[in-house]
Amino acid sequence: MTRTSTFECSMIKFLEHFGSYLYMLKGMFTRPENLRVYWKEFIHQCYDIGIGSIGIVFIISLFLGAVTTVQTAYQLISPLVQKYVIAQIIRDSTLLELSPTVVCIVLAGVVGSKIASELGNMRVSEQIDALEIMGINTKTYLIAPKIVAALLVIPCLISISMFLSIAGGYFAGTFTGILSEQQFSQGLLKDFTTFNLTFGLIKAFTFAFIITSISAYFGYNVRGGALEIGRASTTSVVISCILILFADYGLAALLL
Amino acid sequence: MIEIKHIKKSFSDKTVLQDISCNMESGKVNLIIGSSGSGKTVLMKCIVGLMNVDAGEIKYEGIDFVNMEEKDRKELRTQIGMLFQGSALFDSMTVEQNVMFPLDMFTRMNFSEKKKRINAVLDEVNLKDSNNKFPAALSGGMKKRVALARAIVLNPKYLFCDEPNSGLDPQTSLVIDKLIMQITKEYNITTIINTHDMNTVMESGDHIVYLHQGKKQWEGTNKEIIYNQDTYLNDFIFASEFLQSAKQMKIQYANAKTNTP
Repeated sequence: MTRTSTFECSMIKFLEHFGSYLYMLKGMFTRPENLRVYWKEFIHQCYDIGIGSIGIVFIISLFLGAVTTVQTAYQLISPLVQKYVIAQIIRDSTLLELSPTVVCIVLAGVVGSKIASELGNMRVSEQIDALEIMGINTKTYLIAPKIVAALLVIPCLISISMFLSIAGGYFAGTFTGILSEQQFSQGLLKDFTTFNLTFGLIKAFTFAFIITSISAYFGYNVRGGALEIGRASTTSVVISCILILFADYGLAALLL
Repeated sequence: MIEIKHIKKSFSDKTVLQDISCNMESGKVNLIIGSSGSGKTVLMKCIVGLMNVDAGEIKYEGIDFVNMEEKDRKELRTQIGMLFQGSALFDSMTVEQNVMFPLDMFTRMNFSEKKKRINAVLDEVNLKDSNNKFPAALSGGMKKRVALARAIVLNPKYLFCDEPNSGLDPQTSLVIDKLIMQITKEYNITTIINTHDMNTVMESGDHIVYLHQGKKQWEGTNKEIIYNQDTYLNDFIFASEFLQSAKQMKIQYANAKTNTP
């Protein structure tokens, strides 16, 4: 096969996937058969995504802040730079990049792979067919609650992560004597732009949609057996991470 | 009744179903039999609408199903129950929740009414005291019975069973067959079963369609199948020497009975 035709094949494959992805999203917008059952499923997903990931978000965020403090202090050796700048750097890097992007990349692994393998298993074991036979729109019932729950819960997780990361930075900074409590507080409040927080949450919403919709797409369309479920799970994590990074750059270029 | 007329289905360049026509009658157990890869499952999936046909007509009580609007199709599907080959029970739900799911979704029954209905259907499939078990804790036969209970909980007009006996021992298979027969007669359901289990064919085949390489090769009843002259069908049904001699004995016995004054 020539290089051109390989490129053409890849493009066709990409467009096919993109088309099916859009078709899946369109298919979600139908009237629920029973709102009460959908609400139950939505709450279940909120719990699954939120409570299921809080542990890992807690650990990662604390250490992100702590490590950033130590490494920033290590690099800021000039006596002309005030110590409180370390706190400013932690605050802004946490709000703008570390919490939304790094935590969402971890969530792509935790939540995304779970969604892809859950839906993949349901497809392979004919559970999705069973729902279809009952007259249930499986895209609306299985995918929409996951996306809506993630849009609600992931920004909350990111907000918690932001707080924990700054707290981690505070503990690492003050316990090791890098900077005092007062210097840290001064740095946190100095030149604070609320838009940075808004920007971080815009990122969180965008990444939440990417994580759930991409992993749902790959899980929902699994064909085959256990091997394909594993492959779909891995692919969904890889594609989600790549798209998160693209969206990260795109949002920064557009909004900052 | 379900009317199937000139159904065709292909995947890429491989033709799986070629011009299949038959009628699935209500109150009867209709069997689709054939060797692996003959197109049984594809035909069943086309009839229930899980796959689209390339050509042909499918009519439920005279109403065109192929060109039916999605809304009407969804409504019709609430009258369909299906027992899948692997049971397709929801792993995260208990037996009770699995059976209750269609009631939750499509009825306005209160909890006690739902509970009453669930216990009635679980009783019907001989599954008492398993309400709180998860599918992982059930045997293959129990899973099939739960799936059957879930399929009939909404009192469907049509029951589809995809290889209900696969992976079951002969005794449990007979129990499942008898349950399906009993439910079919009791509720006057149009039942369609995909199978290559000979016990099912002989015991419950009110109407049998035999598929060979995607074509309808033979159609008849379990009474007629023993006297059929079709080479492919005979090779399929009476594959072993034991079954061939059993067929000969049955014919000889029947002839002797008719010749006795």
